[in-house]
Amino acid sequence: MDFPIIRERGQNEIFCGLTSIIWLHRKIQDAFFLVVGSRTCAHLMQSAAGVMIFAEPRFGTALIEERDLAGLADANEELDRVVARLLERRPDIRMLFLVGSCPSEVIKLDLQRAAARLSQAHAPRVRVLSYTGSGLETGFTQGEDQCLISLVPELPADTGSAPSLLVVGSLADIVEDQFTRLFRAMGIEDVRFLPARKADALPAVGPGTRFLLAQPFLGGTARALEERGARRLEAPFPLGVEGTTAWLRAAAAAFGVDEPRFHEVTAPAVERARAAVERTCEPLNERRIFFFPDSQMEIPLARFLRQEAGMELVEVGTPYLHREHMAPELAQLPADTVLSEGQDVDRQLDRCREAHPDLVVCGLGLANPLEAEGMTTKWSIELVFTPVQGYDQAADLAELFARPLIRRAKLRV
Amino acid sequence: MQLTVWTYEGPPHVGAMRVATGMERTHCVLHAPQGDTYADLLFTMIERRDRRPPVTYTSFQARDLGRDTAQLFMDTVRAAQERFQPQAMLVGTSCTAELLQDDPGGLAAGMDLPVPVIPLELPSYSRKENWGASETLYQLARTLAGPQAPAPGGDRPAREGRRPRCNLLGPTALGFRHRDDVREITALLDRLGIDVHVTAPLGATPADIARLGEADFNVVLYPEIAAATAQWLQRTFRQPYTRTVPIGVCATREFVHEVAELAGVDPEPVLADEGTRLPWYARSVDSNYLTGKRVFIFGDATHAVAAARVATEEFGFQVAGLGTYSREFAREVREAARRYEVEPLITDDYLEVEARVAELQPELVLGTQMERHIAKRLGVGCAVISAPVHVQDFPARYAPQMGFEGANVLFDTWVHPLMMGLEEHLLGMFREDFEFHAEAAPSHLGGTGSERSRSPEAPAGESAGNDMEAAAPGDGPQWTPEAEQELRKIPFFVRGKARRNTERYAAERDIHPITVETLYEAKAYFSR
Repeated sequence: MDFPIIRERGQNEIFCGLTSIIWLHRKIQDAFFLVVGSRTCAHLMQSAAGVMIFAEPRFGTALIEERDLAGLADANEELDRVVARLLERRPDIRMLFLVGSCPSEVIKLDLQRAAARLSQAHAPRVRVLSYTGSGLETGFTQGEDQCLISLVPELPADTGSAPSLLVVGSLADIVEDQFTRLFRAMGIEDVRFLPARKADALPAVGPGTRFLLAQPFLGGTARALEERGARRLEAPFPLGVEGTTAWLRAAAAAFGVDEPRFHEVTAPAVERARAAVERTCEPLNERRIFFFPDSQMEIPLARFLRQEAGMELVEVGTPYLHREHMAPELAQLPADTVLSEGQDVDRQLDRCREAHPDLVVCGLGLANPLEAEGMTTKWSIELVFTPVQGYDQAADLAELFARPLIRRAKLRV
Repeated sequence: MQLTVWTYEGPPHVGAMRVATGMERTHCVLHAPQGDTYADLLFTMIERRDRRPPVTYTSFQARDLGRDTAQLFMDTVRAAQERFQPQAMLVGTSCTAELLQDDPGGLAAGMDLPVPVIPLELPSYSRKENWGASETLYQLARTLAGPQAPAPGGDRPAREGRRPRCNLLGPTALGFRHRDDVREITALLDRLGIDVHVTAPLGATPADIARLGEADFNVVLYPEIAAATAQWLQRTFRQPYTRTVPIGVCATREFVHEVAELAGVDPEPVLADEGTRLPWYARSVDSNYLTGKRVFIFGDATHAVAAARVATEEFGFQVAGLGTYSREFAREVREAARRYEVEPLITDDYLEVEARVAELQPELVLGTQMERHIAKRLGVGCAVISAPVHVQDFPARYAPQMGFEGANVLFDTWVHPLMMGLEEHLLGMFREDFEFHAEAAPSHLGGTGSERSRSPEAPAGESAGNDMEAAAPGDGPQWTPEAEQELRKIPFFVRGKARRNTERYAAERDIHPITVETLYEAKAYFSR
């Protein structure tokens, strides 16, 4: 497919990968995420986490201070001290991620080595891993990709010959359970998830593993799994009724589920979801939508909104375009869809104002200013924090886009 | 390395952003990696600003580090200059770019921009947000007003047939009630016959900053942000500045005297018509129950010290604890703590604050949003008196903290949680009623929490050295069932103190188990 792609460099209005800790720490329930960074990192986390910060989060920041930079204190010794104290106070922690930041990378603090050292010191109670969430290397959801990459070598080897299905990417527990029920009903019994809810229940992986990406931002994780012999099942992402069906069908095909069985299992859910989506999408029909880049979910979302809600795509921005993983999605978009990769936010705002779309999907730094200019916006961050995958969430997903338009129509002030 | 989950202040470049965002026709370029743009949402979401902050970031990534980040910075400055056409350009770094040592100030100065460039040194690994705001305002004043400085010696030019005028210094974007304080104090000064020449940085253009020296004197609203600039203006333009921060009725009266003296006007007409209800409400008999309430105060230094004075002189409270996260102003807080005979708490670790609150068992907490959550966990009422700000600190209505109207706001805000506590107790008298059983949490403290969830368990559990468990009920000495029963009849907002006093009394005398008699012996022993 040859899409017109606007490639830009400049100021980008995207969170760094540290931000993905905000959902990862909820997902892996006995893991702690320790950012090794600056006051800016801590401030970012508390600003993005909002009120969640007051509820004993399993993340924190080891603040690099002036004396760590000046070499007065050996940063590694300091880190060991901080980790020892943390683990002493949090006996519930089984896995600790040391998360690299921009400053830790610039001063070349070797967290991988630190993790190996600390793992030895705190074995067998706690496993210590490391990955980078720095803005130098990662934007927003890429933080999850890095986290899962660090988990892949820890997965037990699956030497059995029976095929197993691995679903890769954080999903809300309720969505995981729905998918598990559907797969089981089709006869796919062995379904595993990465990340797992518990650090000591990591899924085994091997040549028999077939995996489905549940999230579109996991390029590195997919490669790492392939290196362990697992095979990726090509599919669109499970957003909307059609996306979910195609995603489930990819697994069904790989596991030899015949079409009548597949239909029998999915038909009731499809029917229910279609009716709900249809009702919810009414305000979206023929409306024009503009995506600022944020989470890499933009292309699958655009596909859903066009296909099932009848929206017109003005521009679909993505921070990074993974051509191979995105191929089944791109194949369903009109050939003249304007894609943009990367960002120069001022220029993109110029284009957005020029086009004056009915709905703008953007981050929190842009939403209110655009509303004040008379545009209707949808905060993109909600799309990663809300369960939106699968049949029974398809209408909820549509609702997220419909609500700002309904609200604007209601208000008389 | 220090372990933290939450910080009272952001990094210093956020302080610089608060100054730039408060101003007009000013732009700031920050040399900062991808991701640091998160700070925009503080302004657009917490303060609900309708414009993006006037800040451009270089958003450099790993691939840029191998190339020329200095060139990237210069290109960004050039593009920002052309697009936004400001009257002045601030340039600085965030924590990561500071390590690159690209020298943005030097680079921008060499670019021959058509407007003044103000380079900012913002040491992220040793300084914080308020310092950054103070430094930015100071550098703006030096660069823009400095060239207008009169020759040393000589007097200020005589005022010719005009009203006296002053500058209002310190308010910024994202400030705690700065918007409303400016309006209140401007109106107060107007009633005194004094004009506000420039308010800075909030609402000022660089051209306004250049005119700072034309005022007769300066009013320092927020010393954390404006004291350094006021001192420089005094040295350079021989402008005196105010020392009283007008929070509370007494301080506002003193402030009126102070500015009247500086401006050479008569304060009496204004003092004869203050328009505040606080003095009468405080004297009203229904306020009797406020007497001697033990209050714990924590915030930035200015608001904490002011709150301690208002609490004692205008509410009749007793200061049980006083502290600040503003290390730069620790001296002022220590002095105040001496006056109230309490141990000052100077820390930016909220776990230490939580431990102190748990230990002191105050009846009311006056603090920041963090202390509000601490108080909620401990089952104590709380009113917010200081930054860091939260969306709730930008109310739709007019709600200053300063001046006579500000005093009215303080009265309502501080009494409310206590009134709710009293109401809760009265309802609690029907405690056998199914709705009001002893395990139910007070409804004004967040509804459904049980007694256990409100107990001071180790919170985020990070920093060592504070031992929350020691204060937790249940771990301590044995109580007879009758004594426990009796304890429950005590209103919840003093129950913690009663438990603590009784257990201390018992421990000192080696009494166990604690009986009903012990409870009342301890009560008599500790009664004032």
